[in-house]
Amino acid sequence: MNFQDFIFYFFSTVLIASALGVITVRNPVYSALLLVLAFVTCAGIWLLLEAEFLAITLVLVYVGAVMVLFLFVVMMLDINLEKLKEGFWKWFPLGGLVALVMVVEIAMIMFGQHFSLEEMPAPEPKAADYSNTKELGRLLYTEYVYAFELAAVLLLVAMIAAIALTLRHREDKKTLDIAKQVNVKKTERLRIVSMQAERKK
Amino acid sequence: MESIRQIFEQLFGYEWGGMLYTLATNITFISAIIVPLLLGVAYLTFAERKIIAYMQIRVGPNRVTFFGIPWLRGWGQPIADAVKALMKEIVIPTGANKFLFILAPILTIMPALAAWAVVPFSAELVLADINAGLLYILAMTSMGVYGVIIAGWASNSKYAFLGAMRSAAQVVSYELAMGFALVCVLMMSQSLNLGDIVNGQQGDSLLSWYLIPLFPMFLVYFISGVAETNRAPFDVAEGESEIVAGFHVDYSGMAFTVFFLAEYANMILVATLTAILFLGGWLPPLDIAPLNMIPGFIWLLLKIAFLLFFFLWFRATFPRYRYDQIMRLGWKVFIPITIIWIVVLGGIMQLPETVRGDFPLNLWF
Repeated sequence: MNFQDFIFYFFSTVLIASALGVITVRNPVYSALLLVLAFVTCAGIWLLLEAEFLAITLVLVYVGAVMVLFLFVVMMLDINLEKLKEGFWKWFPLGGLVALVMVVEIAMIMFGQHFSLEEMPAPEPKAADYSNTKELGRLLYTEYVYAFELAAVLLLVAMIAAIALTLRHREDKKTLDIAKQVNVKKTERLRIVSMQAERKK
Repeated sequence: MESIRQIFEQLFGYEWGGMLYTLATNITFISAIIVPLLLGVAYLTFAERKIIAYMQIRVGPNRVTFFGIPWLRGWGQPIADAVKALMKEIVIPTGANKFLFILAPILTIMPALAAWAVVPFSAELVLADINAGLLYILAMTSMGVYGVIIAGWASNSKYAFLGAMRSAAQVVSYELAMGFALVCVLMMSQSLNLGDIVNGQQGDSLLSWYLIPLFPMFLVYFISGVAETNRAPFDVAEGESEIVAGFHVDYSGMAFTVFFLAEYANMILVATLTAILFLGGWLPPLDIAPLNMIPGFIWLLLKIAFLLFFFLWFRATFPRYRYDQIMRLGWKVFIPITIIWIVVLGGIMQLPETVRGDFPLNLWF
């Protein structure tokens, strides 16, 4: 076992443990934080594959933005654990079935003919000046440009839909007119009064 | 160096010896960055107190000295502060979540120090010369917010929680503008490597620095940097007059000091990055005889000090932003400006070379 293997097994252990923790710990805040740990260790494993752009983007997008908002929401929720656990056995068969289907599907991919270890050998080490950021950009904007644009439009539609769903016009809301505030002039607000100096007798 | 490597290889075998040698040298280099950085942080607090004091026509700290030397009066203040903080008890509130309460300051200082790994101090002096340096820094600085959120939540106090919420919203909104400003730098330099970005600004004078073509981006980046570090006038996360001290209201002693260290380390980081990305890093302002004799490292330090002065100046002059004004500045002013500038820059890049002239851009494809 060389040093790289050691790092791989270390990260994998942490990744699996934290991923298990996400679904087993009782406190939802811990659960969210363990998910953050899972993302970071996963990024570490991707770095071993020399996918530095994807690894850093995973940290940047999921850890830096998505999970912050997630944590934001989870911390503000007042979650009643007893109530959450009520329907556990009732929904267990359905959940178990879904989990089973997913496991079978993953197994079909992992042990199938396309992604097995023989089909997917470790990537060749690239030269030092090889930048996979550049390569990804080149591919995304040339070969896969339509798929890329479609994904972008999809996200935009989802965003607009989310805003439209939560948008409501209230009659009694109080808002500030920023332009008015910025354009305020000294003469409108301030009155300089000249007074005679007073002296105590 | 080679002989030390051989000693390691004899002790631990060829493969492990090589690995351990790399580890040992890296730890040495890391301490060579972090020790001066922490000293810089200590004396930045001193500079801050002195500068703000002079701006307010006071004297500032002028008592603590080394070995009773009179002209060093005040210079011992940061050391005395550090000793005081070390001696104090770390109080953990009864209702607090103990584990996360202790974890929060560690999570704050970790990214603040880790980001320094890819910062080039001169043409050769860099710890990790990685391809995706700029992305790495963005990722590291975006992780800093966790410390604040966890601190606010784990304290189990309403003031701390309010501070954490404010900070989270603020950091997330300014990160976008910051990222877009960096995209402009990226388009100019066509590299994510910080060393290459500085080399791209090489020229006869400071006119070739990215400050000139990207001036609005420079302002956006620097102001977002001030907001990201929760410094005045964007210090709503602390807001002494509104929510006592915000997310670190329940921290004391060394735990509080670690937050403090992280804030100042982040300030130095933002100043360093601004210097590297927009002010030509280690390049002299004019490439003529007396100026380019000075080592690049000194130029970088001077630029960092110049930018850090602005941080202190802002704090001494500006009143705190109202929360909705902060959100407006981030979302409605900075993000549109940066997006428009990206489009403009992209348009200039697509112009034929005869029209574009000497504008320092060339195309990938």
